[in-house]
Amino acid sequence: MSYVMSVSPDFSPDHIAGWYIFNTYLQRQLDLPIHLELYNSFDEQRAAIANNEIDLIFANPYDASMLIREKGFTALAAPQDSSDEAIIATLAESHINQIEDLGEGTRIATTDDPDVNMMGMIMLEPADLNRENTNTSIVDSYPLVAKQLLNKQADIGFFLEESYDSLSNFVKEQLKILIHSQIYVIRHVMLASEKLQEKHHLIKEVLLNMKNDEKGPGVLNSLGISGWENQEHEDAEFMIDLMETLVD
Amino acid sequence: MDTILEDREAHSTVTINYFDGNTRDVVILDSEVPYPDGKLIVSRTDKAGIITHCNQSFIDMSGYSEEELIGQPHCILRHPDMPKAAFKDLWDTLQSGKKWHGYVKNLRKDGSYYWVYATAIPNIRNNEIVGYTSVRRKPSRKQINKCIELYNNMILEEQE
Repeated sequence: MSYVMSVSPDFSPDHIAGWYIFNTYLQRQLDLPIHLELYNSFDEQRAAIANNEIDLIFANPYDASMLIREKGFTALAAPQDSSDEAIIATLAESHINQIEDLGEGTRIATTDDPDVNMMGMIMLEPADLNRENTNTSIVDSYPLVAKQLLNKQADIGFFLEESYDSLSNFVKEQLKILIHSQIYVIRHVMLASEKLQEKHHLIKEVLLNMKNDEKGPGVLNSLGISGWENQEHEDAEFMIDLMETLVD
Repeated sequence: MDTILEDREAHSTVTINYFDGNTRDVVILDSEVPYPDGKLIVSRTDKAGIITHCNQSFIDMSGYSEEELIGQPHCILRHPDMPKAAFKDLWDTLQSGKKWHGYVKNLRKDGSYYWVYATAIPNIRNNEIVGYTSVRRKPSRKQINKCIELYNNMILEEQE
């Protein structure tokens, strides 16, 4: 019997190969057949989750609530020293220098990444902006968000910090950051389904030991993380409670 | 927890009398500390409203150390300019298992204040409320100005 692992579609394109390397590593360590299934959009991945097609998932914090509370997944580990942060940027030449300079009708470029959109909209609240009095255009990737700004098709763009950092210097020089979230407690987590129940302990052990294993550090490097840290059930519940306070 | 205010003058010491018989003298300064951009203030309490967890932003904005905060009632932050009815609404809402939102003027250790947009939810485990989580974010100035007027009127009504 083969299991299916998936990764939240907001992972950096630089790490696609890394997830395949990680999957191979995991299969060898666990002696389990695991197929890696990557999705282009959150909607496609959510349809697969709804059909119970996924057994192991590196989940976006937004989806982690649904996976744990509605689908019975268990949190095993989270990347060490890493949290999901959002950036709101505008054109470097723009007259907008702070969030409070924005007004009704502001044009926002963003992706379908749910937690970046949530954090982005929260950071617009001090300017009394919300979904109703702004215009949002959803594009397929963060480079396209930047392109919307450069083409003056949007006034501001929402970025995942990691994705903003990976834009080329040429692009970043034409942009300026208006605000940068420093939330620290919202992060992606590795979750396993009830179908893998008997293997939860083993998977967690493999993840937590990766840093010390001979081949582990290279694999971690290809994922862009320094290691995994333990997630107990209550850690995940705490993050879900936090997310609930942030979602209207 | 209800408070009875004996004095609401700015730049002065105010005695807050809690319904359980305890009293607390607080120094009030008419000085606002701006909410830091991009940050969330997070805390958790037990069922009795005693602080069990707080993040660095909570520590920074409150002016207390973590050691001073853990184990204290959350009302350590209560500013005398907040009407009692706002907190009654908060506790009634949370104890019925629902989410509460509101604009709150909080008191810092040094007597100055900061405004937040607060959301609090009950932490439900195995169908039971085991505590509460509160997250505060930066409010809009327009909403703060509305609340200053609203809360002043509410306090005047409470004093009648």
